[in-house]
Amino acid sequence: MARINGLALKDHIRESLIFNRRLLIALFVAALLLALLLGRLMYLQILHQEHYVTLSENNRVNILPIPPTRGLIYDRNGIVLAQNLPSFSLRLVPEHVPDLQQTLTELQQLVAISEEDLERFHKDRKQKRRFEGIPLRFRLDDEEVARISVNQYRLPGVEIHAELARHYPLGQLASHAVGYVGRINERELQELDASNYAATSHIGKVGVERAYEDLLHGRVGYQQVETNAQGRILRVLERTLPTPGKNLFLNLDVQVQRVAEQALSEHNGALVAIDPRNGAVLALVSTPTYDPNLFVNGLDSKTFKALRDSPDRPLFNRALRGQYPPGSTIKPFLGLAGLELGELRQSTSLNCPGWYMQEGDPRRYRDWKKYGHGKTDLTKAIVESCDVYFYDLAATLGIDRMHDFLSHFGLGQRTGIDIRGELGGILPSRDWKRRTFRTVWYPGETLIAGIGQGFMLTTPLQLASITATLSMYGRRTQPNMVYAIQEADEMTEQVIEPKAREPVPVGNIDHWKTVLQAMHDVVNSPRGTAHRISYQLPYTIAGKTGTAQVFGIKEDEEYKEEDISKKLRDHALFVAFAPVEDPRIAVAIIVENGGHGGSTAAPIVRQVMDQYLLKAENQ
Amino acid sequence: MSLLNSTQYADENRLSSGRRLLQQFHIDLPLLLGLLALAAVGLFVLYSAGDKDMDLVARQGIRLGIAFVVMLAVAQISPDSIEHWSPWLFGLGLIMLVAVLAVGEVGKGAQRWLDLGLFRFQPSEIMKIAVPMMIAWYLAEAALPPVRLRLLIATIILIVPTLLVAKQPDLGTALLIASSGVFVLLLAGMHWRIIFGVLIALAAAAPVVWHYLLHDYQRQRVLTFLSPETDPLGAGYHIIQSTIAIGSGGSYGKGWLNGTQSHLDFLPERSTDFVFAVFSEEFGFLGTLLLLALYVFVIGRGLYIAAQAQDTYSRLLAGTITLTFFVYVFVNIGMVSGLLPVVGVPLPLVSYGGTSIVTLLAGFGILMSIQTHRKLIAS
Repeated sequence: MARINGLALKDHIRESLIFNRRLLIALFVAALLLALLLGRLMYLQILHQEHYVTLSENNRVNILPIPPTRGLIYDRNGIVLAQNLPSFSLRLVPEHVPDLQQTLTELQQLVAISEEDLERFHKDRKQKRRFEGIPLRFRLDDEEVARISVNQYRLPGVEIHAELARHYPLGQLASHAVGYVGRINERELQELDASNYAATSHIGKVGVERAYEDLLHGRVGYQQVETNAQGRILRVLERTLPTPGKNLFLNLDVQVQRVAEQALSEHNGALVAIDPRNGAVLALVSTPTYDPNLFVNGLDSKTFKALRDSPDRPLFNRALRGQYPPGSTIKPFLGLAGLELGELRQSTSLNCPGWYMQEGDPRRYRDWKKYGHGKTDLTKAIVESCDVYFYDLAATLGIDRMHDFLSHFGLGQRTGIDIRGELGGILPSRDWKRRTFRTVWYPGETLIAGIGQGFMLTTPLQLASITATLSMYGRRTQPNMVYAIQEADEMTEQVIEPKAREPVPVGNIDHWKTVLQAMHDVVNSPRGTAHRISYQLPYTIAGKTGTAQVFGIKEDEEYKEEDISKKLRDHALFVAFAPVEDPRIAVAIIVENGGHGGSTAAPIVRQVMDQYLLKAENQ
Repeated sequence: MSLLNSTQYADENRLSSGRRLLQQFHIDLPLLLGLLALAAVGLFVLYSAGDKDMDLVARQGIRLGIAFVVMLAVAQISPDSIEHWSPWLFGLGLIMLVAVLAVGEVGKGAQRWLDLGLFRFQPSEIMKIAVPMMIAWYLAEAALPPVRLRLLIATIILIVPTLLVAKQPDLGTALLIASSGVFVLLLAGMHWRIIFGVLIALAAAAPVVWHYLLHDYQRQRVLTFLSPETDPLGAGYHIIQSTIAIGSGGSYGKGWLNGTQSHLDFLPERSTDFVFAVFSEEFGFLGTLLLLALYVFVIGRGLYIAAQAQDTYSRLLAGTITLTFFVYVFVNIGMVSGLLPVVGVPLPLVSYGGTSIVTLLAGFGILMSIQTHRKLIAS
């Protein structure tokens, strides 16, 4: 019994020993594991605290850009041409939409959503960050906003977003001058300052909107917001307000522009009116025109195709990019060249039989007047637009001297107007022809250049600009659209100084007076080609008509307007300035297929000048 | 004998009336204070983690209250009775586990709950305590260290409930049950050769387990643990966000109620399994040191009780309960801090949760019972 008890006791001690040894081992292992835990926590909290603090701040704090308000555009009298209006768009946050397809279907029952809207939506979806609203429909009207608001409780992830959208209150008036904004495309996205445009969806595409994008856009603002894991903004931590874009005052006079656009509305054409004293562009018209509001939020492809493919090319800015032969409007300039280069005097005259021939050339160069102008001096040649006189003058001057003289006025170069897209026209010379066609210059080409035909091409803007220069006795100013810049919150404007260009050298001021007098007579003499606009004229106009051939007619063929389809009729041109003694407006107009400058183009210029000199300035 | 008795009386006379009261109600004061401190910390963190939801805190408070009552109730039962009822409890638990698989209500995608009409109940929780009780009871029947046959049977006792729980599927609890059983075997003096043999066998069997026994989501959890960056918005999100929370707490923390990770919803499961991340974010390394110190104190007291226990059953059970408690703490913190894969193990006494607190404190009730029912033998 004792033995058994002894054994039991011994076992008891032994078991206790085994257990305690094992417990010690367990304790040791536990201590090791605990040290491991502490090491890990130390690693996270002490050694890498900064890293994780940054991560947690990144989690928590989002920087949201605030778009600046785009600057407004006014005309010279403060009439708004481009403004910002509140606009409501429909946006979806896909992360909050439980069933996208179903939500889209339901929305389609509430508001009109086109295939294009859907297409753009799905395209945008791939580019946006998480929890960002993606626009589905723009410009909801009040009724649509109401319909969605009423149903919003059952449409999670659907929101109505209020924003400022560009609006052009005058519609298509002056659209070629002001231009428009449109949604930023991928190419623009790569070029622009990404941080400054972080919140901006639209950018100036053409016209003043594009050229003055930097000033109009302003500086982006930021707000630091605290967001939760769902991306919902909880509070604003810090805010840097955006700097609104600057307002622009244009030289444009909306009334003048309107008169010109209305007068030209029947035709395709262009008109540019410039104040010769400072290059201010008073009107810049290209017809047909378009409604810039269509472009602001993207137009559907059908409308766009219609605009793009229309044979009248409404999107084409004829005033800046239309290159036309100047026709007879070049004659006063060539006459001046003859005088200044000493090849002519005012009294130099010849007999015009209605045609011109030069030695070694069997071809007859016809005058527009079949039986000729008879004895013609320079004044008569300009007033009646005698072609033969200028064939002869051109033959005397030669193409290179014509080129050199006319380049002083700026032909063959861009005028440097402060909107983009302008073309420079062509001022031909022997050198130019060799470079372009690798052929020699033929003497006959000099003759037709003398009446502004052949290779010579000018834009309406160039014609207006050289007419202004002529009226100012050679003083050249770069045409400019913008008159002044205004900080958004200030009342004072900063006026932009017009940029002077190298003036045309004046040899003898009397030569200029002679030419200007002749242009005066074009309007005021009963034989003048633009005589009809002098009726009850309370001020003086000097001008020159022109006709630009659209297609060539054979040597002996007669051009009969009524026989030719409208597309192939001549373009009618007219350049003019007024008042002659103290020029305040210079205008160039081209009426495509308008026939004669005197009958179609000149009356429109008279309307424009009446508006500017009689009505606008008296306001 | 009379000498012995007089010493005992003298000892008892020296006890204050308070200690006599504790002794009478079988309360181990250090253990109670440690557990209460942890529970208090838990309620504080919960108030923050639940976004100042007083209801949540109150519910947890009530739960804790019930659990402490259960603990004290269990402490009144003598270790002999506990030993005696061990097989019965184990049997009951086994039956309920089978019942869960048969009729168990589907909760959170896994069959874990048994609806007993009045309340819903997780039988796997019982097994956390019933398995070590059963194995301790079985091993204490014979002399230690256990012979091979006994080890084999003990292993079967261990594996059956583990597999049943794993099949629910509840990998976390299954692992805890298995480890508690293994602790009994280890503490019982199982031969090292066998231990290493099993370890090698397990390593060899790992690929089989990986391919045939684990669910897809379990495999995913392990993969995600190995490289959370591969799935930052999916399963890896938990780990990434909780390490950010802990790390950004730094030395001193962002302050109570000021944790941005937790309050801005970046942290998932923040009042339950990931509550430690909330705590670390708000109280920093210093706070976690203090929290770990509390746990170490409770574990130390438990191991002391185990070492002081007077019979094999008590020793094995006390040691196992304490070590299991340590495993809870280690696995939870390891998981939240990105050391271990995400398994659903709550942080004991701090995580918001139901039956697990009750089982946990019932275990500490057993410890108290073992400590306070010691027969006083003069040494």
